[in-house]
Amino acid sequence: MSDHVEIPELGFLGLARYAWRQLTSMRTALILLMLMGVAAIPGSLIPQRITNPMAVRDFITVNPQLSIWYDRFSLFDVYGSPWFSAIYILLFISLIGCVLPRSLEHYKAMRAQPPTTPRNLARLEEHQTFTSDGDVMERARTWFKTNRFRTREENGSISAEKGYLRETGNLLFHLSLILILIGVSFGSLFGMKGEAIVNVGERFINVPTSYDTLTFGKLTGDKSLSPFEIKVDKFVAQYDPQTNAPKDYTAWVTVTDHGKTYKKTIKVNKPLTFGNTRVYLQANGYSPIVTVRDSKGNVALQGPVPFLPQDGNLRSIGAIKVPDADPQIGFVGSFVPTNSRTPGQGATSLFPELLDPKLLFSVWKGNLGLDNGVPQSVYRLDTTKLTKVGLGSVKPGETFTYPEGSITLETVVPWINLQIVEDPGKKYALVGGIVAVLGLLSSLYGRRRRIWIRVAGSEVEVAGLAKNGAPGLDVEIQSFVTAVKGVQ
Amino acid sequence: MQTTWAYTSNYFVYSAMALFTISFIAHAFETAFAVRAPEAADTTEGNLLVKTLDFKRTEKTARVATAMMILGFLLLLAGVICRGISAHHVPWGNMYEFSITGALAFTGAYLAALRKYDLRWLGVFVSFSVLLTLGTAITLLYRNSAPLVPALKSTWLVIHVTSAIISGGVFLLANVVAASYLYLERVESRGPRPLWLQRVPSLEVLDQLSYRLVAFVFPLWTFAVIAGAIWAESAWGRYWGWDPKETWAFITWVAYAAYLHARVTVGWRGRRAAWLCIFAGSTFLFNYVYVNVWGTGKHTYSGL
Repeated sequence: MSDHVEIPELGFLGLARYAWRQLTSMRTALILLMLMGVAAIPGSLIPQRITNPMAVRDFITVNPQLSIWYDRFSLFDVYGSPWFSAIYILLFISLIGCVLPRSLEHYKAMRAQPPTTPRNLARLEEHQTFTSDGDVMERARTWFKTNRFRTREENGSISAEKGYLRETGNLLFHLSLILILIGVSFGSLFGMKGEAIVNVGERFINVPTSYDTLTFGKLTGDKSLSPFEIKVDKFVAQYDPQTNAPKDYTAWVTVTDHGKTYKKTIKVNKPLTFGNTRVYLQANGYSPIVTVRDSKGNVALQGPVPFLPQDGNLRSIGAIKVPDADPQIGFVGSFVPTNSRTPGQGATSLFPELLDPKLLFSVWKGNLGLDNGVPQSVYRLDTTKLTKVGLGSVKPGETFTYPEGSITLETVVPWINLQIVEDPGKKYALVGGIVAVLGLLSSLYGRRRRIWIRVAGSEVEVAGLAKNGAPGLDVEIQSFVTAVKGVQ
Repeated sequence: MQTTWAYTSNYFVYSAMALFTISFIAHAFETAFAVRAPEAADTTEGNLLVKTLDFKRTEKTARVATAMMILGFLLLLAGVICRGISAHHVPWGNMYEFSITGALAFTGAYLAALRKYDLRWLGVFVSFSVLLTLGTAITLLYRNSAPLVPALKSTWLVIHVTSAIISGGVFLLANVVAASYLYLERVESRGPRPLWLQRVPSLEVLDQLSYRLVAFVFPLWTFAVIAGAIWAESAWGRYWGWDPKETWAFITWVAYAAYLHARVTVGWRGRRAAWLCIFAGSTFLFNYVYVNVWGTGKHTYSGL
């Protein structure tokens, strides 16, 4: 005989059953719940691609070595990372495994009668005895009925129970969390999100080419967009003259949707709605309208060029690229809506409104590199292979001349950034949220309790039991006893 | 006109601070002077000179302490309202305004709980922490009354922020109770309670009380988060975006959910439950301080 110890064979099924039981145990669920809280923390301390891609880019530039490791652990995409997903998927499996059997059990319990009256009532809470006349049982029945207790009557006693809503609420709450998760995933898998900058006076047509950025959910099959057009007629931004903080943004638009044309306004808290698609007013800035001429005076470029705001006073940067000029010309520029007249301050804006607009720029000539297929930012100009031919600034109506031509600042129009979002899952998440609150309310404020009454001759015995030590049983039993005793 | 209201608000806040100071002193006096020196007659029973607490002696002081607290609450309420009138919006546009409203909610939570439970032993702490909050607010965080930024212009500001601030007030009260539990447990493990702690309720009562407070307000916090999501959907184009404030609201929610499960389902009591409660409350405080002061994201407005 060897020392070999016989271990009972678990087998695959046994192992699976064991794993399932472990996963759906309360202790595991609790650990997963806490783990999810902890796992959410790094995403709030490290810049995230979904909330702040610019900050992520800056972070990578400053800490290239560290960023490699961050990226290996998906620390720039915490909420879409495999480990975060693993935690919440396990948590939800655990939750389903816990809640579904309990729901069945609760359903059965709701249809079943309350348990029989215990033999020894004296051991229970609020035990009382008194003598009364023969109608006690009838009065007790009435009281239980008007107070909507569930009752079971046998051998001269009534066992009554109330407060199933507590467990119903509890289960509804947990089921609603599943609904929220379904809503969230549905939205991210089948939704769509995009942004577009539109100059005032221009028209936005809802086709993919109109967008600056456009992403679809992973499973969005039908990539067609709802056919609407938005023409931006006017945009007004109001600022507080003391703090320069924005007070109000309003865009007046003309909408064409399914052949109908109508006027609308878009505000920050009031998006436009087309079915599941909503259009939001997200940002604003200025587009100088410029005319660039070559040395012979021919117009090489004319129109608005959006500049990107850099601070609260809308000091903006941008690039004007003129590939049709010969040689090609590019401008690296700053635009300030209210120019600071203090010498030495350069391009500084004092106020976000167009009080004293000025366009400051350097002029470059050479191959702008627009044809080599490498995507470029429209706001930046790579000047490494270009030659500087001028440095100047213009106010509206002014023209700056350099050897290869001239630039005129005709006027300035505001632009607005429209964010267009389609989220087919949000209604489920909303319903889930509402049910969650209602479920919580009834589960945390609900009280489950039992009341018993036993009559032997003229001797009446009453007792009760409150689950989870919920308060208020004494008062309830008192009113029950008063009712049962009747008016004497 | 606008500044007149703002000044009036400041006067109210300063007056409220004065009253909270009186309340703090009265609360401290109450405990100090309740100690009754052993009388000569008591010494007949051996040499045990037992000091006792006699709160009948200080009942008047206690009443003054609570009355001052109520008056302070009313003055602070007036201050918050005037601040709102001066800015033409509910006064939750920056951190100064959040702080004075938060102090108001904390006092309110204490006074409301006082109607049901004998919590006067907490009065010293409540008046002191409210003083500290108001002092920090008016010296470090003060900003001139200003209009709201466009994203805040919504009915949801009232709904979302009211529920969040009330939840916060109650969460912090639960934290204070849990911390008292931990402190008292240590004291009791070394021997009988010193005199000045004798009026604090038993450990079981404290344990139960912090749970009651959390269970009472957890649905409201859930509602605050959901209301925030509904608002974010109309202001920012998504109902959930893992903005730092949202993330920490979620962490707080998860932590309190874990606390409730630990108590109700797993049966945690006492020390472990109290630590978990304090941890959950700290995530709320962290969210308030960190995200407003150092954080980035969409919840940072107008300087602070």
